[in-house]
Amino acid sequence: MLQDRDRIFTNLYGEHDPGLDAAKSRGDWDSTKQILLKGRDWIIDEMKASGLRGRGGAGFPTGLKWSFMPKKSDGGPAYLVVNADESEPGTCKDREIMRHDPHKLVEGCLIAGFAMGATAAYIYIRGEFISEALALDGAIAEAYEAGLIGRNACGSGYDFDVFLHRGAGAYICGEETALIESLEGKKGQPRLKPPFPAAVGLYGRPTTVNNVESISVAPTILRRGASWFAGIGREKNTGTKLYCFSGHVNKPCVVEDALGLPLKELIERHAGGVRGGWDNLMAVIPGGSSVPLMPKHVCDDVLMDFDSLRAQGSGLGTAGVIVMDKSTDIVYAIARLSKFYMHESCGQCTPCREGTGWMWRIMMRMVRGEARLEEIDMLLDVTKEIEGHTICALGDAAAWPIQGLMRHFRPEVERRIKEYAARLPRAA
Amino acid sequence: MPKLTIDGQEVEVPPGSTVLQACEAAGREIPVFCYHPRLNIAGNCRMCLVEMEKSPKPVASCAMPAADGMVIKTDTPMVHKARKGVLEMLLINHPLDCPICDQGGECDLQDITLFYGPDHSRYQENKRPVTDKYLGPLISTHMTRCIHCTRCIRFINEVAGVEELGAVQRGEHMEITTWVEKALTSEMSGNIVDLCPVGALNSKPYEYKARTWELKKTESIDVMDAVGANIRLDSRGPEVMRVLPRLNEDVNEEWISDKTRFNYDGLKRRRLDVPMTKKEGKLQPTDWRGAFGAIREGLDGVPGQQVGFILGDLVDAETMVLVKELASALGSPNVDCRQDGAKLTSGDRASYLFNTGIGRLEESDAVLLVGANPRWEAPLVNTRLRKRYRQGGFKVGRVGPAFDLTYPVEELGAGPETLTAMIDQGLGSQIAFADVLRAASKPAMIVGPGAYARADGGAVLALAHRFAAAFNIVRPDAGWNGFNILHTAASRVGGLELGLVPGEGGLDVAGMLAAARSGEIKVLFLVGADEVDLSGLEKSFVIYVGSHGDAGAKVADVILPGAAYAEKNATYVNMEGRPQRSKLAIFPPGEAKEDWKIFRALSEVLGHTIPLNALPEVRGRMAELAPTLARIDEVVPAAWTGAIPVGGDVVNQAFAPAIEDFYLTNPIARASGILQECSRLFVDGHDVKATGTHG
Repeated sequence: MLQDRDRIFTNLYGEHDPGLDAAKSRGDWDSTKQILLKGRDWIIDEMKASGLRGRGGAGFPTGLKWSFMPKKSDGGPAYLVVNADESEPGTCKDREIMRHDPHKLVEGCLIAGFAMGATAAYIYIRGEFISEALALDGAIAEAYEAGLIGRNACGSGYDFDVFLHRGAGAYICGEETALIESLEGKKGQPRLKPPFPAAVGLYGRPTTVNNVESISVAPTILRRGASWFAGIGREKNTGTKLYCFSGHVNKPCVVEDALGLPLKELIERHAGGVRGGWDNLMAVIPGGSSVPLMPKHVCDDVLMDFDSLRAQGSGLGTAGVIVMDKSTDIVYAIARLSKFYMHESCGQCTPCREGTGWMWRIMMRMVRGEARLEEIDMLLDVTKEIEGHTICALGDAAAWPIQGLMRHFRPEVERRIKEYAARLPRAA
Repeated sequence: MPKLTIDGQEVEVPPGSTVLQACEAAGREIPVFCYHPRLNIAGNCRMCLVEMEKSPKPVASCAMPAADGMVIKTDTPMVHKARKGVLEMLLINHPLDCPICDQGGECDLQDITLFYGPDHSRYQENKRPVTDKYLGPLISTHMTRCIHCTRCIRFINEVAGVEELGAVQRGEHMEITTWVEKALTSEMSGNIVDLCPVGALNSKPYEYKARTWELKKTESIDVMDAVGANIRLDSRGPEVMRVLPRLNEDVNEEWISDKTRFNYDGLKRRRLDVPMTKKEGKLQPTDWRGAFGAIREGLDGVPGQQVGFILGDLVDAETMVLVKELASALGSPNVDCRQDGAKLTSGDRASYLFNTGIGRLEESDAVLLVGANPRWEAPLVNTRLRKRYRQGGFKVGRVGPAFDLTYPVEELGAGPETLTAMIDQGLGSQIAFADVLRAASKPAMIVGPGAYARADGGAVLALAHRFAAAFNIVRPDAGWNGFNILHTAASRVGGLELGLVPGEGGLDVAGMLAAARSGEIKVLFLVGADEVDLSGLEKSFVIYVGSHGDAGAKVADVILPGAAYAEKNATYVNMEGRPQRSKLAIFPPGEAKEDWKIFRALSEVLGHTIPLNALPEVRGRMAELAPTLARIDEVVPAAWTGAIPVGGDVVNQAFAPAIEDFYLTNPIARASGILQECSRLFVDGHDVKATGTHG
């Protein structure tokens, strides 16, 4: 259980003013100059020591990612791109940061940008986020006016610009290279890797793409020290994390707590428990729609962090916890996710373009039971034909929920198929 | 040099290669759809997946850079599963159109499915409907067949250089389209028909006309411009059904222009298929004997000085040999192959050739265009320039009329005075570009017909030579000759090589026409010459030898029907001085004969029998007249003398465009209904699709 003094996002619920003065009173922009003056290497080492893993879903160590940027500039620009295209179903954490605590993000941009030798930061914000964009835009303007960013940012002698760019609401633009394409004004489609963005990114320049939360926690980590952050949570899964609870809980919420706590404890303490009691739980999708679901018996004692969830065949993802009680039509729920991925596939790679629609159509038949038993294995085979065969991970993300469903709820699907067949008039 | 292990076999590939290239070097065939060596890598079809050691997922070999020590496997269950999966996905929404699809028989999807695909379909849902798109009069679409490889998008954006094709929508709704319904305006657009690996993009004129396996394939040479693109004529019986490019890295790579691809219906229309003579003011069909008799009468008692020969744009070298022999037998010095009025002279080869070579333009780092519009005068030269531009570090300047060449061009001035000024010093942008030229390691200039085919063309050419000297454009020590003449006619360089220019005291084209009008020239031979002003020739006896009933046939007293380029074995010399041979694909229609044979027969009737009785003998004589023409497919470099031709005075008048209408530059193109439609749409600008209410 996280102590109040260890909270990073102290205005997560918008109880206080998000403006600059209020943010300063909460500790933001405190001795930012001194942090910068300690130098790039110190910042990156400190971030590595903190054990912060990327909060966007993949969980890649943030300090290590920053260190991939060229140590010496070739004279041209380099960029920090902040991925604020939060579109993962079940996830709503970055939204809260941007509308209530935007200065954490702006300050994080400056520090992270400085640490990786970037000349500017682009914040790519999801198109539907209107009030968030306005809040962030206001915070950027305030920071410029106060001399915190822009020329000679914070009086450090370092010039750094922050630009806000609004997307058009495509899920795929949350994939880092598709985001870069979109930022360049092209159709949002993931790029081939290699080359990786750290070598060839935005406008062909070295670029690092980070999640809003990863950037926003950086200033506090550097102020309070890596050992403080590393002391929270479990080994290799350190620090605090914003959890989003939605679905069949009594009090859906976004909350900051330590990593590595039991899922059950988190749901009961913060989200008011599962609707109808813990025993009414059917399954949980623990990290946004892209990770496989976990049935109740797994949820009983699983810990919420990267490695524990991976060991259970799922993942922490964005920590967008979708809770489903026993009233859920689980097959239809997963079919709905399939429809989402069909709708959001960029259409570039063959398996994902063609396969996501196929999977959705089969899933919809299985919701009604209008399928043959052997089609379950065929569907799983189709998911295997998509998984790992595409440029980006959207194909995998589309395949996993179905694999998770069949792993844990295959009898339910078979029951529907048999019942449907039984209703059919028999051929004479 | 990275060393890789492909299926246990070690290969070394040049740095910068991809895994796909390494696999091919190891003799492994990797199936691909989206990959094309001349286009950017898209990596989206996922057909080329291979297994790479230490990678949990299969990798797209077309996009993965080859690195030292990579261990690649192309024949494992993982690879087979991936290929089968991708093909299954491609096929679920692909219609079962093969029996009526134009691509049938030459379809990548068919072929690859045969070898790597699943043997049955597991897909039970409905297939995706897609609306067909309007891309203009040349390309028809069947978008349900599209597999979204994006080759067409990449070609149109990268090679053709017009941003008119793209993808809209996402996922399974993704469609290839021109955003606003309009025809593709590129003169290279037909190439996307070849690039399309399935039958989604078809040639509109060829659609549903033939199956590939019933066509006879003949290797030939294009005559629509002076590039000499290598083509393949696909014919069935007496008809050319379609024209396709052949690979020639030095000339056309694997592209051809739309004029080359779609002129073939002009081979069937407005043809002269029977000899004619004028009787009572009207042309009447006759036989060869009658026509030759009329010519003998017309020439009776006319001294050689009063006979003239004008050669058109499509004349082959063999015919020119016979014309030259006949003219000298008749004692006529009035022979000219420069129908466009070019002031180029025969003799000094370097003064009329495209010396750099089309392929070597890619080495150049700065090019000055002088009165040239390569996009219309030689589209494949323009394609090279664009290719070079895309590699970066390349500047193009222009003296002459502005025209969108698909890459940025620095406008320096309008006419010859700009060249003079730049030699001295110049103003503003001229100074800057002069510096670029001086600093360039391989500078080039391209002098087009807008500069040399005008009354003071000789003086302009002399000025161009002075310019080349001042800017050190020609560097023999470095093996670089950047002085280039851009030709527009397939016959021109051949004529200059064979010396079909006025002899001692002879008249050039303008002189002959003036003399014919005044009656000083009594007999005028028009050998496929249609693009000159033929008015007021009533006083002279005009003989037209050619394939099409165009301007020349209208004024003729005798018409001798000849063969078009598809109907003869002939030699054409391109602007680089590269002799290339075309082969007979179909026979000339009706009574028409190969042109050189017509002159051979005529010489006998006239009592000056030319002793060249068969093609090898004609070619032997050709080699005597111009030894370089015997070295087929080779460019014999021309020695640079540095001599500045004598030219007279330059008139400071802006260079004018040499071609008014790209699509209708010669009799075959003008006879082509397809190209007429293109002209109406793209040159006259009537880009409106006819709807039900249009008449």
